[in-house]
Amino acid sequence: MKITDLFFKKKSSGDVAKDRLKLLLVSDRANCSPEIMEMIKNDIIQVISKYMEIDAEGLDIQITQTESDGNNGTVPALFANIPIKDLGHKSNN
Amino acid sequence: MGIIMSEVIVITSGKGGVGKTTTTANVGTGLAQLNKKVVLIDTDIGLRNLDVVLGLENRIVYNLVDVVEGTCRYKQALIKDKKYPNLFLLPSAQTRDKSSVTPEQMKKLVDELREEFDYILLDCPAGIEQGFQNAIAAADRAIVVTTPEVSAIRDADRIIGLLEANNIKKYNLVVNRIRMDMVKRGDMMNIEDVVEILSIDLIGVVPDDENIVISTNHGEPLVGSDTLSGKAYVNICKRIMGEEVEYLDLSNDGFFKKIAKFFKKNN
Repeated sequence: MKITDLFFKKKSSGDVAKDRLKLLLVSDRANCSPEIMEMIKNDIIQVISKYMEIDAEGLDIQITQTESDGNNGTVPALFANIPIKDLGHKSNN
Repeated sequence: MGIIMSEVIVITSGKGGVGKTTTTANVGTGLAQLNKKVVLIDTDIGLRNLDVVLGLENRIVYNLVDVVEGTCRYKQALIKDKKYPNLFLLPSAQTRDKSSVTPEQMKKLVDELREEFDYILLDCPAGIEQGFQNAIAAADRAIVVTTPEVSAIRDADRIIGLLEANNIKKYNLVVNRIRMDMVKRGDMMNIEDVVEILSIDLIGVVPDDENIVISTNHGEPLVGSDTLSGKAYVNICKRIMGEEVEYLDLSNDGFFKKIAKFFKKNN
């Protein structure tokens, strides 16, 4: 046990399990295979690259949950983290 | 001849080793204790297990594959329990492979058994292949067994999806091997967490109990005995029969009573 654990309450392993499972089941239920995710990722890179320079290596996409604006609670969401290398306008061909 | 209102229940989990066979043996024996006529079918072809848990391994003559292939009539293959004359086992074949039985054959057999039994329990193999497909094809309802672990819960979720896809609309959850000491420390997911994640109605909670190992050593299910798990199994049987039963307090601090109330409100 680290000394910092005495001051900052660590998340219990039960809660860690619950959070991991929630995320895992959302992507399981969405039935998105890693191959399809890879294809989506490559398409996103292609589209965004038309307009700005992005870090294709650092791009991360996953299916998670988000609060819906409607009244049906949480819904699955496609979350993409796309690091931009250069915001400057890419010459439009 | 009037047909008895019989119910065919598949006990399934996806993941292996979470307690399907133990649950089948104890729930089946418990229903027999409550004066129901019960037959347990071991559908795990190639990996016979239910017979040893019931202590009937020395009495097997014919098996499930013999019955569906017409080598014998089902009455010749049924083994009567040592203690309860209204409890029977149809053992699985040990030396055959999973493709020896088809879903259609299973349905036909179960329909024959419906005429004689109140409850037909199908002990499902682990996995989602042929054996699982056979078992669920014949079932009216399902009991999904899980433990409070990520791998078991993930598989249970997949199973629930497949049950829905196969038009089994009535299914309930048994959370097996819960350790209240670990739940209290926050090192194990609690019942509320598991039920919330799987969004499925609970039908039983069985504590992690070394008496289970001892009872399996003897080949005598412990349902009805004066142990926590023995009582938990009796309650599951009563709930299967439609009775409302309070959840046991497994930790002596009222925690489970709160949960019981929580689920009553939600039912």
